[in-house]
Amino acid sequence: MATNETPLLDELEKGPWPSFVTEIKRAAAGNEMAKDVLLQLEKSYRDKVGYWKHGGIVGVMGYGGGVIGRYSALPEEFPNVSHFHTLRVNQPSAWFYTADALRSICDIWEEHGSGLTNMHGSTGDIILLGTRTEQLEPVFEKLTAHGFDLGGSGSDVRTPSCCNGMARCEFACYDTMAACYDFTQEYQDELHRPAFPYKWKFKFSGCANDCVAAIARSDLSIIGTWRDDIKIDTAEIKAYADGGMDIESDVCGNCPAHCIDWDGKQLAIDNSLCLHCMHCINVMPKALAPGDDKGAVILIGAKAPIIEGALLSSVFMPFIKMEAPYREIKDVVEEIWDVWCEEGKARERIGEFIQRVGLGDFLEAIGVEPIPEMVAVPRENPYIFYEEFFEEDDEEGEDE
Amino acid sequence: MAIFEYGDVSIEVDEDGFMLEPDQWNEEVAAALATTEAVEELTEEHWKVMNYLRDYYLEFGVAPMIRKLCKETGFPLKKIYELFPSGPAKGACKLAGLAKPTGCV
Repeated sequence: MATNETPLLDELEKGPWPSFVTEIKRAAAGNEMAKDVLLQLEKSYRDKVGYWKHGGIVGVMGYGGGVIGRYSALPEEFPNVSHFHTLRVNQPSAWFYTADALRSICDIWEEHGSGLTNMHGSTGDIILLGTRTEQLEPVFEKLTAHGFDLGGSGSDVRTPSCCNGMARCEFACYDTMAACYDFTQEYQDELHRPAFPYKWKFKFSGCANDCVAAIARSDLSIIGTWRDDIKIDTAEIKAYADGGMDIESDVCGNCPAHCIDWDGKQLAIDNSLCLHCMHCINVMPKALAPGDDKGAVILIGAKAPIIEGALLSSVFMPFIKMEAPYREIKDVVEEIWDVWCEEGKARERIGEFIQRVGLGDFLEAIGVEPIPEMVAVPRENPYIFYEEFFEEDDEEGEDE
Repeated sequence: MAIFEYGDVSIEVDEDGFMLEPDQWNEEVAAALATTEAVEELTEEHWKVMNYLRDYYLEFGVAPMIRKLCKETGFPLKKIYELFPSGPAKGACKLAGLAKPTGCV
């Protein structure tokens, strides 16, 4: 590209940071699509107007999701990006690739698209940016021949994602990769053929460090935990203390449950109060470890701040052993989908649905008994309604 | 905008092939558009889906939710994809002459 074509974008190449402008310029050396993307963006910066049209409905045969249609509003000025569709490709569990697999994706995309990728989108998919409608079927065919499939988009099960769990992490309380793969295979139909009021995300984290941000981003967050006692290695604790760690301040002082005592020699944890937040284990990973009775806590209802505000997910099942085929979780999920699909409004996430109908009615509809762990802020609200003590003439009595 | 022509049919369509003026829709247009969505022949079952979509759209001004479409036509979603391989939003709505459905990416 000529050096004076994109003066505003060039500003974004200054400084010590990586720059998407530099990367797209490299791609533009051999790809006209990438070049027009830069030129259109420069014009957008100059005019302070976005020149992508809203939406588009394109896809591959048999699937309702996986492709996001994108068209330029200035197809005559930037003909190479008149179509600029995005493909979402289901990533392998925990993003483990061989170099050959990565090369095959890049080769396919350089042949049929802009060559630009986003590794990875916030849902977790491989994002292939920019191709034409007539290239969609050939790309899909080649991706599937290399063992890849499209991911989710629109109102469907979005591509499930997980942390690298037991593959690399000693904290993982269950095999996140196995669970993620199992759920992805189980719900292929729901993933490829949108039929929900809105999107549904599964995310699998091996512990409360929550490396895939399940609690903030997924409608069903499956987060590893344990229900027995934290394991303590006293010799290693002494080594941390001898090494200069201020255990009183850095460990006890930062425990949200205030359940750790340190007398200068012995560390004592009141496990009945422990919130399983992982903080002490993170600070002293050689001395402390999750217990042996491991499983997961299931939380429901998180979402990012689009349409309505952001929500964190709330405890739904406090502890469950994570063993294939995970039928207990799937039965509840399918029950939830039935109720949500029947009663949910268009573009209403499950967290918003629960807020609208109330947790009590929601639980009744899906046939789950309420339990104390579901209370979002325990001991705060004294106005608790006990149905079993309610009699029909109580209200009338109050009126008199 | 592009002009879609097939036999005697000539209509204005957007980039995705949806009709820009749904008022011009008729059965001949539906049959012509079917050739773009891998639908070889419009059977009674196709018409059951398209008629439901059209009636709902004319009454409420939007396409129905997919679950409602399945429930009212009695077809499971898999069957809808067999009838319209590009899916209910792209295939069935287009052939039924509805305006392009909006959706979230």
